Amino acid sequence: MSLLDIEDLWVHFPTRQGVFDAVRGVSFSLRRERLGIVGESGSGKSMTGRAILRLIRKPGIVEAGHINLEGRDLLKLSEREMREVRGKQISMVMQDPKFSLNPVVTVGEQLMEAYLQHNSGSKSRARKMAIEMLENVSIRDAARVMRTYPHEVSGGMGQRIMIAMMLIPNPKILIADEPTSALDVSVQRQVLNIMDGLVKERGMGLIFISHDLNLVSEFCDRVLIMYSGRIVEVCEANKLHQAQHPYTQGLLNSLPRLDDTRTHLSVLTRDPSWSKAPSVRG
Amino acid sequence: MTALEIKDLDVWFGHAHDRVDAVKGANLSVMQGESFGLVGESGSGKSTILRAITGLAPQWSGTIEVEGQALSGAKRDRAFFRTVQMVFQDPYASLHPRHTVDQVLSETLHLHGLDNIDKRVAGLLDDVGLGQRFRFRYPHQLSGGQRQRVAIARALAGEPDILLLDEPTSALDVSVQAEVLNLLADLRTKHGLTYLMVSHDLPVIAHMCDQLAVMRNGEIVEVMSSETLRMGNPKHEYSQELLRASVAPQ
Repeated sequence: MSLLDIEDLWVHFPTRQGVFDAVRGVSFSLRRERLGIVGESGSGKSMTGRAILRLIRKPGIVEAGHINLEGRDLLKLSEREMREVRGKQISMVMQDPKFSLNPVVTVGEQLMEAYLQHNSGSKSRARKMAIEMLENVSIRDAARVMRTYPHEVSGGMGQRIMIAMMLIPNPKILIADEPTSALDVSVQRQVLNIMDGLVKERGMGLIFISHDLNLVSEFCDRVLIMYSGRIVEVCEANKLHQAQHPYTQGLLNSLPRLDDTRTHLSVLTRDPSWSKAPSVRG
Repeated sequence: MTALEIKDLDVWFGHAHDRVDAVKGANLSVMQGESFGLVGESGSGKSTILRAITGLAPQWSGTIEVEGQALSGAKRDRAFFRTVQMVFQDPYASLHPRHTVDQVLSETLHLHGLDNIDKRVAGLLDDVGLGQRFRFRYPHQLSGGQRQRVAIARALAGEPDILLLDEPTSALDVSVQAEVLNLLADLRTKHGLTYLMVSHDLPVIAHMCDQLAVMRNGEIVEVMSSETLRMGNPKHEYSQELLRASVAPQ
């Protein structure tokens, strides 16, 4: 039984030059698994993630056959009901913690708010949950971190705080949009390992949006490859390096590698037929 | 001949109790025509070394020699900028939004005191593989990769010997990164340039550079050849750690 099932998703943006389609007829379903979405900038991967939570701002328009969360169509919900879904059922970690944490509120208050928003309980209970959650994301000295403001913590810690905040309401699905692109390589793995551990432990579904093919193949079960608003290929993450589509192969070949000494990297030549081919079901 | 020689370089920001030592006792030397990489995490001081060379980080001590000439303070003369040029990380931020490509390049050429500007602009655009149809475009009419090509053309305008490259491709998609890295490799061969390149990406540095220095907390912990890195034999514990973090277990 799939957690999330998306049928024929479109995201349109009307512009002066006509309608721009950021996402063009994407269908996929998510089980209790780690699903990666990769593609270059402008491929529609982030828009797909945002459209699920109906976070596309006007004048953008989201259309789909359905976006079913355990059988309930999110597109038919009122804005008020949707607010119940965000955070409690599906939550989202964005790229840069600097812009997603409130700079004038302490980390502790923000974490407690995330809990109280979706659970009725006392403040002291919220506090206990917040500290417990910080410890879950491997933050030592959680009581001190509770009192800090976002500018006082490092990028890696900020992102772990974001993950803690997103997991406090105990959602069924976590959408992580480039959660580690703003972080250093050594911190990147640490944050991903923590996220990975929590997602597995709680049996959640994870949608991991990234431009980094290697990272995705390492941390996901399945990968959707997007190109100009469509899914061009779906493959098992550990078989990403045997991908069939010329676009996926091109992306992989254009990466410099430590184990080869070409003087020139292969350059991706784009074929117009890639954007015309119908979207693959994921 | 040594293109760039740095000895006991300290760079700091702020005063007294606010003082932050961004670079501590760095030593490196880059031969002419060589490509040298600086790797490390954010805050390790790798970009600060480039900024000290160009005079953008005014508080430093030690020796910086460019082609045998010692630099001092933060002032750099015209001859310096004819020898050393820098390419910045973010092509979106480093180009003036209301200047066309033509204006950007002509002004730079004018500042270098060069003549025959019209012909040189055309030559620069060909050099970076953009072609004449991009000449009168504004930055917002260009893609990220094209903008970085303009930034590279601007750096090449004064026909420098040394290019300082500060994460030149980290804001770009991998397919575009490949194109820009190929361009940089070609330009180096064509003009006999010397590169000092900063990146956090070990495979990119190994691909582009002959030698590299690993930095942590403002200090250079190890200098090695790219060959050593490729073979997976760095000596320092921290270099090994960085290497492990950037190679996906297959």
